[in-house]
Amino acid sequence: MRQFVTVTAKAAPMPAANIDTDQIIPARFLRRPRKEGYGDCLFYDARFDEAGRERPGHVLNQERYADAQILVTGRNFGSGSSREAAVYALADYGFRAVVAPSFGDIFFNNALINGFLPVRLPEEEVSEIVGVISSDAGDNTIRIDLEKLILEAGGKTYRFHIDGLKRRCLLEGLDDIALTRTHTDEIEAFERRHFERMPWLGDRRRTAESQDRG
Amino acid sequence: MSQTLFEKVWSSHEILRTEDGDSLLYVDRHLVHEGSRTAIDKLDDNQLGVARRHQTFGTADHYVPTQGGLDSLAVDQRKMVETFDANMSRFGIEAWGLGTRRQGIVHVIGPELGLTLPGMVLVCGDSHTSTHGALGALAFGIGASEVAHVLATQAIWQRTPKAMRVSVNGRLAPGVFAKDVILAIIAKIGTGGATGHVIEYAGPVIEAMSIEERLTVCNMSIEAGARAGLVAPDETTFAYVRDRPFAPTGEMLEQAIAYWRSLRTDTDARFDAEITIDQELHAPMITWGTTPETAIPVDGTIPDPESAGSPERRDEWQRALDYMGLAAGERLQDVQIDQVFIGSCTNGRIEDLRAAAEVAKKGRARVPVLVSPGSMSVRAQAEAEGLDRIFTEAGFEWRGAGCSMCVGMNGDLVGFQKRSVSTSNRNFVGRQGVGARTHLASPASAAASALCGHIADVRSLF
Ligand code: SF4
Repeated sequence: MRQFVTVTAKAAPMPAANIDTDQIIPARFLRRPRKEGYGDCLFYDARFDEAGRERPGHVLNQERYADAQILVTGRNFGSGSSREAAVYALADYGFRAVVAPSFGDIFFNNALINGFLPVRLPEEEVSEIVGVISSDAGDNTIRIDLEKLILEAGGKTYRFHIDGLKRRCLLEGLDDIALTRTHTDEIEAFERRHFERMPWLGDRRRTAESQDRG
Repeated sequence: MSQTLFEKVWSSHEILRTEDGDSLLYVDRHLVHEGSRTAIDKLDDNQLGVARRHQTFGTADHYVPTQGGLDSLAVDQRKMVETFDANMSRFGIEAWGLGTRRQGIVHVIGPELGLTLPGMVLVCGDSHTSTHGALGALAFGIGASEVAHVLATQAIWQRTPKAMRVSVNGRLAPGVFAKDVILAIIAKIGTGGATGHVIEYAGPVIEAMSIEERLTVCNMSIEAGARAGLVAPDETTFAYVRDRPFAPTGEMLEQAIAYWRSLRTDTDARFDAEITIDQELHAPMITWGTTPETAIPVDGTIPDPESAGSPERRDEWQRALDYMGLAAGERLQDVQIDQVFIGSCTNGRIEDLRAAAEVAKKGRARVPVLVSPGSMSVRAQAEAEGLDRIFTEAGFEWRGAGCSMCVGMNGDLVGFQKRSVSTSNRNFVGRQGVGARTHLASPASAAASALCGHIADVRSLF
C-alpha cells in the first residue's frame, strides 16, 4: 500500500454536502478494468457537459485548482454505494487526501486501505479552511501530518484523529492481508471453537446437496 | 453484563482485539457478485486463494440484462457477467449466474435461500448488505479491498461501531408500508443521522412486520448513514428460516433456534443513541429531492429552501430542486412522471409484487413501467400466483431478475431529465442515468403513480 506520512499540496474547495459515490464516479464507468485508471471519470457528470466539454464553473476545471491534491468538502462525503472505484478515481486523479466534517463509513475504510487519507474535522473548521483556500488573497496550500495528526492551513493548525491499525498501515505502507495472515493460527483456532458452539454455521453443503438445487 | 443484540453478535465473532481497539472479526458468510472482479484481480496479483470457498456464495445481479439475454449487453457489460462466472468456477465458489433458476439480487437470494441466518456475521461488497440484518444477522457492506481480504482470510478488521435503537411505535395507516416507515425514519434522522452506528429496529410496528418488510427497513439503514441495521430474531424469523434450502434442519435447527432466542437485547442494555417514532404514520412517503432524507408525505407540498434552516442547506435544497425540475410550493401529487420502476433489493420481493399487483388491477399504466423481480425464485412464485398476468394486462413490462433500473449498469436506464417513480433506495443525482430524476416510493405508490401518470396517493384508488 502507498505510504502516507506528510503531504503538503494545493487544496481545492468543494463545499457541497452529501457528495455520494455515484457522483464521485458514475456507475457506468465501473466496468472499466482497474489498470486503465479512473482519474478521468472523477466527478464526471459535474465536470463535463453532455458533449464531454469541461464545464468552466466546476472547481477542478479552474486553473488555480488544477494541480490540487487535497479536496476540502462538505458533510457526508462518499456516502452511498460501496464502490471502491470512488477512491481509485480520486487517487488516480492525483488527490492524496480529503477533508470533510463526516464521511460515509465504507468510503472511509476504502480510502484508508488505499493510502488515501480521509481527515475528519468539525464543520466550523472545515468552513474556515474552505474560506481560506477559496479566497483569491489566501494561499491554498495545506499541510497534513499523519504522524502528528495535524493539518495546517492559512497559518492555523487543526488537530484530527485516526486510530489504530489503519493509521499504522498508512504510516508504514503495510498491506492488511499480509498482516492478517500472521494471525492464521488464531483464526483457525477461533473457527474450531466457533463451529463447535454453532455447528449450523459451518459448511452447509451437506444439507444443501440433498435439496433441489438450481 | 447486559448486552444489545448487536454486541452479542459482535463479541461472539471477535477473534482478537488489539490494544488500539481494532477487532478481527470472523466472517460466517460472504456473498459476492460481478463487482468482485477487482478483488479477485487483487488475489491473483498477490497469488492468493480463497480461504473458505464453502462459506462464500455468488450471484450475478448488477450487470445482468432483464431481457434479451447476454447478447443484448454491450461488450464490456457482457464481460463483467462472463468474468464473474469464470471466477466463480475457477475458485469453486457456488454461484448462480445468468440463466440459472436461483439467480437474483444478492440481498434477495441470501435470505431467500437460507444463506443468511440469525446471529451470523455476513459481509458482501455492496452497501445494502445491511438488508440481511432483518434476520438478526450482523451484516454490512465492504469495499473491494476488504472483499479481497475476506476471500483470503475469512476475517475482517473492524472498529466497534456505536449502537442506536430506533423504536417505531404507533401504527401504520392503510396504504402505508415498510418502505414508508424507513423513508420516514431517514427523513427524521437525516442521511448522516446514524453514521458510525449499527441500528437496531424495535417497537410494535417492527415486531408486527413480516421478514420481507423488515428486509425493506434494514435495507435502507445505509441511507441513514448506518453501518448496519438489524432486528431481533423472533418466532417470525424462525418460521421464515425453516425449510430454506441452506438453512439447518431437524435437531440442528432446534439447537440453533434455542441459541438465536438468547440474542435479544437484554432489557437493561444501553444504546449510544435512542430514536423513537411515535406518531401514527398516516400517509405514504415519497422523496422530492436528491437524497433519501427529502421524503415527505405524498399529500404534501414541496418545501421552500428558505425554510431549510441554514444558508448551506438552502443552497443544497435549491440545487436539488433545480436538478429535479421542481419548484417550492408545488403539490407533489401534481408532478407528472415519465416512467416507473418496480424492483431492487429494497422492494423486489414477492410481498412487494403482490402489493403492486393489487394496485395494478385497478387500471392501466399511462407511462412505461418496468417490473423486475428481485430473483428468479420470486419471479417463479409471482407467475405461479398469476401476478405477471395482472402486470401485463395493466401494461407493465414483466422482466427478468437483477438490479436493473436501480443503478442502470445493465442499460435499464431512466432518460435524461426524465422523471421516474422508483421502489429502489437511491435518488442521487445521476443514479438511474445521467440527468435522471428519481422519486423513491413504495411498490403500491409506484404502481398508483403508473396508473395516474403523475405522483399519486395510493389511498385515493381504494
Ligand atoms: S438493487 Fe440496487 S441497491 Fe440493491 S444491490 Fe442492486 S444496485 Fe445495489
